Amino acid sequence: MSTSTGARQRPAAVSKQSIGSKVGRWFGRNSIRIYAALAFTYLFIPVAYTLVFSFNDSGRSNYSWQGFTLDKWKNPCGAPDVCPALATSLKVGFLATAVATVLGTMIAFALARHRFHGRTTTNLTIFLPMATPEVVMGASLLALFLNLKINLGFTTIVIAHVMFCISFVVVTVKARIASLDPRLEQAAMDLYADEVQTFRRVTLPLVAPGILAAALLAFSLSFDDFIITNFNSGTVNTFPKFVYVSSLRGIPAQANVIASAMFFIALIAVLIGQVVTAGRKRQKA
Amino acid sequence: MSAAIGAGELQVEEQRPKGSPEDSARAVGRRRATPYLLLLPGMAWLIVFFVLPMLTLLGTSTQTRPPGAEIGVYEQTFRFANYPEAINEYLAVFARSFGYALIATVAALVISYPLAYAIAFKAGRWKNLLLVAVVAPFFVSFLLRTIAWKQILADEGWVVSALKALHILGPQDHIINSAPAVVIGITYNFLPFMILPIYASIERVDSRIMEAAADLYANVFTAMRRVMFPLSLPGVVAGTLLTFIPAAGDYVNAFLLGNRNTTMIGNVIDSRFLVVVDYPTAAVLSVTLMAAILFLVFFYIRRAGTEELV
Repeated sequence: MSTSTGARQRPAAVSKQSIGSKVGRWFGRNSIRIYAALAFTYLFIPVAYTLVFSFNDSGRSNYSWQGFTLDKWKNPCGAPDVCPALATSLKVGFLATAVATVLGTMIAFALARHRFHGRTTTNLTIFLPMATPEVVMGASLLALFLNLKINLGFTTIVIAHVMFCISFVVVTVKARIASLDPRLEQAAMDLYADEVQTFRRVTLPLVAPGILAAALLAFSLSFDDFIITNFNSGTVNTFPKFVYVSSLRGIPAQANVIASAMFFIALIAVLIGQVVTAGRKRQKA
Repeated sequence: MSAAIGAGELQVEEQRPKGSPEDSARAVGRRRATPYLLLLPGMAWLIVFFVLPMLTLLGTSTQTRPPGAEIGVYEQTFRFANYPEAINEYLAVFARSFGYALIATVAALVISYPLAYAIAFKAGRWKNLLLVAVVAPFFVSFLLRTIAWKQILADEGWVVSALKALHILGPQDHIINSAPAVVIGITYNFLPFMILPIYASIERVDSRIMEAAADLYANVFTAMRRVMFPLSLPGVVAGTLLTFIPAAGDYVNAFLLGNRNTTMIGNVIDSRFLVVVDYPTAAVLSVTLMAAILFLVFFYIRRAGTEELV
């Protein structure tokens, strides 16, 4: 009897000890995963706030929780000025994206595929806007418009947005062109495709994902820009400018509805892109 | 790449062996002109709306207001004394902006590096999904994200309540409208600029190199410090620059999360330009900020030894 309890106790004690060290070892081995989980929590807390407060049954100010409602989602234009500002932001975004994507892609092809004089100067001119604080770009562009007595408004916003988007398009598209297998184009040439045909039927389809990524980046930069817009918009209201101005007297919950909707649209677009690329890779393999 | 172009050139020559010399000369000329035609519209845009404004700003910085002129009317007098005057007046604000930006950049590096490492080497098939998750929070509008921090750090919020319960904060202490709140906001808002370059750099490193370091009796921290970190340095340099530059020029966080004593240089430029209509001072401060940043970038890149970035 006593021996059996002794025998029973000993392994229990051993296993207890090993549970302690097991837990310690588990934490040791997974410390980086735990850190990552904490980092992701930190990343998503403000997103959670924005989403949750889009359901807030608030009045003019949306700072404290008043109760759950779907009213703001049913009526996103319910607050004054929200939807006109959003419409301006979307218009500016589409226009600036289209122009910046075309101009930036052309520069990317010139840099990746041609030898020419002034390459260093070109590279520097592309790099500098990305290394300049937005407040300096906004102020300098405003100085120019004031000197030339150009009226601020929709056009000057689009001009400014195209300007700061071009560099990001160039960098994104250039990286994609550089990653192409040059043998694919050589093969097309070997099969008697002329230059134009090779470009249209081989090069362009291969570069297209890079151009699409660049366009999405340009749109998100344009849609979210506040600082440069604030300098060059005159009396025209964009969505970020609306949020900034109304932060003094209280932001309506409709702003959270629009931000949440944009968040889900962007997320779905990116996830679809991921699924498509994963599917292509599987097809290749 | 050059091989593909070479093949194209060869074919053009083959197609026109009997063409007149002017014909082939025209073809070569067109080929030479192609890059310039591709560059022309985009570079013209950047020269007119980026380079020219910078020069205009330089011009504005030495202007003065003629006596008796209306508000907002200035003329060029090449008054370089504008510089020492404005810089002296706002020296503390410059120091504060660079200080906040530096703290935020270091904090962002501490948050981002292990996260990028975990995604690159520990995530397995969830890698791409986690990368999307890293970028996803930044699909929410910049301003609303900052407003969310205003709510999180508010006196009645759970963060402050928890810190008060733990006696880390006294009953009268605040976080909102303070320097820490501004730095927290800046750190959060520019995180993707830190995480993505570091991830791109780490991901290219062969993960077996850490095993090799372990085989040579390096513990995890030594292997990280002596092997992984030096190899990922280009990403760290790019990430810190991409975070520091917008952080130093930002004024939204200071406006929404700070108080009168946390004013950053961006706030001053914004109000001098748009509220006070004192263009020369705003221009002096902008030019100085730009010059200081270029100076720092130049020396930082040289110290870090990654000149291929520029």
